[in-house]
Amino acid sequence: MISPELPEGKILPVITAPASVLSTVGDEVDPIDPAVIQLAADLIATMKISPGCVGLAAPQVGIGTQIFCVNVVGHPKAVTTHGAFALCNAKIIEASRWKAGREGCMSVPDLTGDVKRAGRIVVSAVLPGSGEAVTITTDGFEARALQHEIDHCAGKLFLDRVAGAHAIYQRKVYL
Amino acid sequence: MHELAITVIGPDRTGIVADVAEALAEVGANLTDSTMTRLRGHFAMTLICTGPTAPEAEKALEALAGVTTAVRQVEPEASPGDDGEAWVVSVHGADRLGIVAAVTREVAGAGGNITDLSTRLVGSLYVLIAEADLPVGAGEELAQHLAVAASELGVEVTLRRAESEIL
Ligand SMILES: [Zn+2]
Repeated sequence: MISPELPEGKILPVITAPASVLSTVGDEVDPIDPAVIQLAADLIATMKISPGCVGLAAPQVGIGTQIFCVNVVGHPKAVTTHGAFALCNAKIIEASRWKAGREGCMSVPDLTGDVKRAGRIVVSAVLPGSGEAVTITTDGFEARALQHEIDHCAGKLFLDRVAGAHAIYQRKVYL
Repeated sequence: MHELAITVIGPDRTGIVADVAEALAEVGANLTDSTMTRLRGHFAMTLICTGPTAPEAEKALEALAGVTTAVRQVEPEASPGDDGEAWVVSVHGADRLGIVAAVTREVAGAGGNITDLSTRLVGSLYVLIAEADLPVGAGEELAQHLAVAASELGVEVTLRRAESEIL
């Protein structure tokens, strides 16, 4: 991926539902604003130290803006991967090959759910740091992760999309 | 042919479903529709079966220790209700009294019939997912009513069409 250099990121606490910021439509951001660039770096740093975390969006650290990061490299369900990257103001411009799959969320740590997502998407966005406009075509698990994070930026959780009354599952607690 | 509606509830333990199914099989009960789930450590099973009389089924289930059962004879379903449109409602937010009542009352007010519902309380997060059959064209107005109810309750609500592709 064409990721520009980002500053060193700090680890931020991840907030969990219920929290109003998780259900608020995020504001668009200026990708060359230093605070936005720092937040992109912080999200990546926080994602990287969180076990099993393949994506993190600004509302999950309490900031209602349209920034998120994704990294599905090495994930068994990933097909196409673009590395670890952050996007601002992302929009889905094409979506096809809809398919149900199980997903979880750091902000809803006790539940998972079956959610239908497009298996192939085209996303337009701008990169934090350079402000460069990019178009990303991807599929499989990376496409699912991008849709999940873009939903966060629109104030939506996977709970808003689960397939039915029996499509949510309590995570096992291993003591 | 007797059709019976049976509920069995008790603390969950290994083998409880097998015990219930076996007890009913021994009196010739044929399980048609059934659901079984765990609710905060309680085993909860609801089923429809045909075959035995209500007293026969009651006697068979009496032998099971530690469970509460109810057996009632019911009339077979008149005709499967399949008109209307299938929708899904999601509600999530801080737990508070009356969420299920308020949301389901709105669905009923729109002429909707709830066909499946589950709720979960995990930490302080309350989640309700309901499936409902709505009269054709009733979705938009219900969405507005749900939005008002949700904002009074301080929770988030989403109403969307259920997916029903045949593959
Ligand atoms: Zn998430």
